[in-house]
Amino acid sequence: MIPNPLRDRRDRRIPRLAGPCVLVLFGVTGDLASKKLLPAIYDLANRGLLPPGFSLVGFARRNWADEDFARLTHDAVKAHARTPFREEVWQQLSEGIRFVPGEFSDDEAFDNLARTVAELDLARGTGGNYAFYLSVPPNAFPLVVQQLKRSGLSSAPPTESGHQPWRRVVIEKPFGHDLESARQLNAMLDAVFPPYAVFRIDHYLGKETVQNLLAMRFANTLFEPIWNRRYVDHVQITMAEDIGIGGRAGYYDGIGAARDVIQNHLLQLLALTAMEEPLSFAAESLRAEKEKVLAAVQIPADMGAGTARGQYAAGWQGGIPVRGYLEEDGIPLDTATETYAAIRLTIDNRRWADVPFYLRTGKRLPTRMTEIAVIFQRAPHLPFDKTDTKELGQNALVIRVQPDEGVTLRFGSKVPGSAMEVRDVNMDFAYGESFTESSPEAYERLLLDVLIGDPPLFPRQEEVELSWKILDPIEDFWANHDKPEQYPAGTAGPSSADELLGRDGRAWRRL
Amino acid sequence: MLTDLTDTTTASIRAALALTRDQMGGPATGVVLNLIIVTDESGQHDAVRAASQAGREHPCRILAVISRDVRAASRLDAEIRSGEGTPGQTVLLRLYGPMSEHADSVIMPLLVPDTPVVTWWYGLLPDVPSIEPLGLLAQRRVTDAAHAKAPIEALAALSAGYQPGDTDLSWTRATSWRSLLAATVDQEQSPIVGGVVSAEEHNPTADLLTAWLSSKLGVHFARETSGGPGITEVRMQTTEGDVVICRPDGRVATLTRPGQPDRHVALHRREIADLLAEELRRLDPDEIYGETLACVTGAPATIS
Repeated sequence: MIPNPLRDRRDRRIPRLAGPCVLVLFGVTGDLASKKLLPAIYDLANRGLLPPGFSLVGFARRNWADEDFARLTHDAVKAHARTPFREEVWQQLSEGIRFVPGEFSDDEAFDNLARTVAELDLARGTGGNYAFYLSVPPNAFPLVVQQLKRSGLSSAPPTESGHQPWRRVVIEKPFGHDLESARQLNAMLDAVFPPYAVFRIDHYLGKETVQNLLAMRFANTLFEPIWNRRYVDHVQITMAEDIGIGGRAGYYDGIGAARDVIQNHLLQLLALTAMEEPLSFAAESLRAEKEKVLAAVQIPADMGAGTARGQYAAGWQGGIPVRGYLEEDGIPLDTATETYAAIRLTIDNRRWADVPFYLRTGKRLPTRMTEIAVIFQRAPHLPFDKTDTKELGQNALVIRVQPDEGVTLRFGSKVPGSAMEVRDVNMDFAYGESFTESSPEAYERLLLDVLIGDPPLFPRQEEVELSWKILDPIEDFWANHDKPEQYPAGTAGPSSADELLGRDGRAWRRL
Repeated sequence: MLTDLTDTTTASIRAALALTRDQMGGPATGVVLNLIIVTDESGQHDAVRAASQAGREHPCRILAVISRDVRAASRLDAEIRSGEGTPGQTVLLRLYGPMSEHADSVIMPLLVPDTPVVTWWYGLLPDVPSIEPLGLLAQRRVTDAAHAKAPIEALAALSAGYQPGDTDLSWTRATSWRSLLAATVDQEQSPIVGGVVSAEEHNPTADLLTAWLSSKLGVHFARETSGGPGITEVRMQTTEGDVVICRPDGRVATLTRPGQPDRHVALHRREIADLLAEELRRLDPDEIYGETLACVTGAPATIS
């Protein structure tokens, strides 16, 4: 292909733009679609990042016409889009909106879908390029994927001019519930789509702060020299939620906190925090480093001492009385599903040997927050009186992923006064100090990457399998032991989690 | 919070800035740049408003320099705004008499240290931005040729005095057209042999766009005059027929290419705040602008 003379590497005003295509969205009636996906599509259009003729097809079990889906999209955009509503942007977007009603088991509905996208190719010039977004429960994946294959949607013949249209499929977590099922899922996808056409969405990786973690580590000289066992005491990676399971009982029970959050989000954050410098930010190099570090992760030898889990009991959360997990609708009384999980991992390589990485996640905790805290060792010698440094803690670098994205550096400083007294202070960089006003939402970034075909931010099957290899033995251990410990809603988790760090002479950061 | 200081000094302004910062709980932290606005009384309101909006994406200290009666005695009036829906702080400086010749001496003590400086002329157009005293302070100098009575001559003057770091909002206005054109050419199989850019008469953006297309594609693009608003059409002639992007209403463009259905795409004319925000996104020299500016021939548009 001849390079486009209008594109110049030095010309950084021209954004990356997707080529002509259709996005087919399965599961349009879900929460994710109306809160995130549909608004993100509008925001992309409003920023001028979608190609002329871009079309959106919704597929769901609803007896709807195109207009009904357009109305749903309109309402979702009005309620949740981040950029201002512009009638002309909406107009050109809505011209390309189609809806196909049907069940996943319905051959005719998928034939109808195939006709609809073919018509869009003719009417709007979408060039036979389709992305299929499966925002549906995982048990529906095989059916949808098989239907795409059967109806001939999953592969494309070259056009008359010799151009090869693309097909891509986007799936959301969970990517299986253990190693075995993840492999099955992958085998099923693999039979229909080539690996490079499968995009696994972990929306955390689309967040600015997570990408900033790479910039912070690899664009600066300041942090990398101390980013190792000589200076780091331990690392805490936390994802706390203040909400309960809400209406997700059917999905959540039997899955639990570790499979829901640690396997994907937290292990991805661990990989980005601990990995070596990639050769470049190309997908291959980035994934290679992540895989290396995930393969070096060691689970605790004594699982009982190195893990903790809990279930929220009734309690007060932010001033409101809330139910316990066992009292939630649709949860069996004898369930052993955990809503809180904490594990202690180590990484067997020269950089991190013996540095514990503590991962925790839970529901109904006091606040909602996700952070990576790198806690440094104490100074080997303090030339002060002991009493002077009583209030001096350990230096810490905290990357706040959400909310209030930013970076905090904690260090000791002299308290003003005639005595020498040293106390912790925080130096704060807040992304949200309004950089965020216009920074794209995670889904915007990820959707655009799918349409462009740019994979660095999407985990590959190998990473998924490595994560399950870490988690499976822990899940097995839990399955054969006592039920999770109860912790009152609105508190920081079960006491066994505190003991987990207490045994190492450490404590969790306050939530 | 508003602080008015009449007949004041830079030291008092600094003290007032520090005080408001303390009282507001530090709105100056996280400031990523200093934005100097050079304007007059008639332009200050719109300029500061646009800068404040852009400031939401790029927290900055805004220093607006407004020249008043030059025959008066030297005097400095300042108006400090903090926390009015924008991060950072805004200082409006009114300079009277001979002092207005030495605005740089007023600005220098008020810059946030260790932070880049951008100077933006609003409503005024310097011939050579980089030798202006307030331009010398900045690594990025933003002008707007659209404000000139004869924009094409203004571009020629900017071209003659161009230094890396100069940029012009009429170039920024071309970005959405350029990205759409680049995406269109991505899909183009047959070679482009020539073309036409149609726009209203005094439109420096169209002149820059014509120069850019001609120089990058290596074929002649003509510049024709239409009724506007702004740029109304870009036509690229290929061996298979014409590829046309037509935007008659300044809002929605239609992309027409041979043998394919028409496609619509929103292509609105952008607000000044939006342009400024794009301008502040990168502070390194825009080489493409420099090269394109050098290609603007200054040949007047033909009437079609």
